[in-house]
Amino acid sequence: MEPLSPLRRHTGIAVPLLRNNIDTDAIIPSREMKRVSKHGLGEGLFAAWRYTLPGSREADPAFILNDPAYRGASILLAGANFGCGSSREHAVWALHEYGFRVIIAPSFGSIFYSNCVRNGILPVELDEAAIARLAGAVAGDPAGRPLTVDLEAGQVLDPEGRALGFTINPGHRRMLMEGLDVIGLTLERAADIDAFEQADRQRRPWIYR
Amino acid sequence: MLPVTMASTLLDKLWALHCVADLGDGESLLNIDRVFLHERTGSIALQGLADAGRALRDPGRVFCTMDHIVDTYPGRGDETAMPSGRDFIVATRAAAREAGIRLFDVRDPQQGIVHVISPELGIALPGSTVVCPDSHTCTLGGLGALAWGIGSTEAEHAMATGTLRVRKPRSLRVTFDGELAPGVTAKDMILHLIGREGAGGGAGHAVEFAGNAVRALSVEARMTLCNMAVEFSAFTGFVAPDATAAAYVEGREYAPSGSELALARAHWRELFSDVDARFDRELVIDASAIAPTVTWGTSPEHCLPIGEPVPDPASEADPARREGMRKALGYMGLAPGQQLAGLPIDGAFIGSCTNSRLSDLRAAADFLRGKRVAPGVSAVCVPGSTTVKRAAEAEGIDRVFRDAGFSWREAGCSMCFYAGGETFGAGKRVISSTNRNFEGRQGPGTRTHLASPVTVAASAVAGHITRAERRVEAA
Repeated sequence: MEPLSPLRRHTGIAVPLLRNNIDTDAIIPSREMKRVSKHGLGEGLFAAWRYTLPGSREADPAFILNDPAYRGASILLAGANFGCGSSREHAVWALHEYGFRVIIAPSFGSIFYSNCVRNGILPVELDEAAIARLAGAVAGDPAGRPLTVDLEAGQVLDPEGRALGFTINPGHRRMLMEGLDVIGLTLERAADIDAFEQADRQRRPWIYR
Repeated sequence: MLPVTMASTLLDKLWALHCVADLGDGESLLNIDRVFLHERTGSIALQGLADAGRALRDPGRVFCTMDHIVDTYPGRGDETAMPSGRDFIVATRAAAREAGIRLFDVRDPQQGIVHVISPELGIALPGSTVVCPDSHTCTLGGLGALAWGIGSTEAEHAMATGTLRVRKPRSLRVTFDGELAPGVTAKDMILHLIGREGAGGGAGHAVEFAGNAVRALSVEARMTLCNMAVEFSAFTGFVAPDATAAAYVEGREYAPSGSELALARAHWRELFSDVDARFDRELVIDASAIAPTVTWGTSPEHCLPIGEPVPDPASEADPARREGMRKALGYMGLAPGQQLAGLPIDGAFIGSCTNSRLSDLRAAADFLRGKRVAPGVSAVCVPGSTTVKRAAEAEGIDRVFRDAGFSWREAGCSMCFYAGGETFGAGKRVISSTNRNFEGRQGPGTRTHLASPVTVAASAVAGHITRAERRVEAA
């Protein structure tokens, strides 16, 4: 995979999709995962809601991503348990290819959250009321009232520059800020892994055959 | 011996057992015993590793199956109803060969749904860590494995290093006290829990299922229970391995045997939560009060005992939940206060990693024997593995299904989800033994009602949603 671009501070148009339990089947339906590839998925993002008919590419004007005011949105404001369901990393690849770099929700599906961090999308947890306020703050003029997310400071800045703090695991923060090669990092611990397995072979020989 | 001295939960013990290193910031480097892949998400992980020029640390601990995209029609091959499905199958086969891993290919006599075959073959074992780029990997907790779903990138990590970087979840014990009523199954238990606590209720936790009602379940039923831990948003779910689990494992192809089996059994006996262990959270549920349960909406939390009316969003205080309920009723074509019992159905599906094992098929067949599916209902049974299919056929279960009017398929995930291949159709109402009633999960516009295999069988015969009548117990 290509190296990830580091994400420290991001300013962009925010779009609200404030439904709870938006699952990865909704983010990218199975039928939109057409090739053995991490690419070509942006078009299938939210396909069932975004287009008028299954398989079609005719924009449904009722869906918020099709509202010209939100064109170029890169920050998604969402409901609780965003990205629950299937482990498909395609959901994250599709969001990234579409242009999303930050997702702000009260909570996330745990596999989805890990997938985000490993693919340069910052998942920010804020409470529901704060997210509703942010959605209200950008409404009317999303392009003229962008949000800024400062990962280094752990803050979301509303259009007036008022800061909302968020917390993120330091390991995840580092991964996102530095675009790390995690496999490479772990392979540096090969000696620890070798030692573990050597001892484990005595303890649980049936695991190794 | 386990390197734990204080009173510990099973999660603590499993974590300590597999911890290679503490990475700081709450992250552990955990050893991964088994990686299982499938053609939908595994192919891309293998390809990613090959592209990066990275080798598998231990190909003998990595396995792959064809289950998600492969057709389940009799006589199937590499061609699929899903456009471009063949590409996934061919690419997976080539990548598995290149990587030197065991592939359960389309025509392999041991092929099947990943979470059905890994315990069936003794690949997943009590106390082992198993990961798969598939969210229902938690199924294997039924055997006492620490098993969870990951993304494809993490699968690359697991294959390249034999480890994963993981934050330890909090511990939650869900105790099902008492005895289940006749006709109530593990599927009803897990739907009941999710309905009560919400689809996000287990977030951040590993769930240990405990209590009399859990102990009394077969390993296959425990797998049904653990399968939907992910629908509860839990990191995983598991049941402490006991004599039932140990007996299940014995004699399976990849399971320990001979002197190793004695060693393994002694090891498994240490895998339980100490009596005075402290959990971060505890829930206690009266199992005897659980009724056959069915979903009405588009989240597994939208469920009800069969016989209760659909709730009214107006009575929900939380605005986001209220809006979710309103949208779900619209999608499902239902009105507040409506009865689900008696609601006509168009389709009935028995299959998936939740409920496609031999015991599931037996339970449904016991109900179906001598009965017929109602006119106008399209009924499909898809065994979870080729081994399950063979065993069912040896017992004549296939005849029961066919005689009742079900189609009897080759093993695979099939219509649990829609990949552009097969669906019951838009607007069709389907009762299904699967795990997700999400919008469009079984095809655009398809309305899914989740239930146990017995409820699916009873509803297929009635032509509408119904619970199986209580069996008259012999005196």
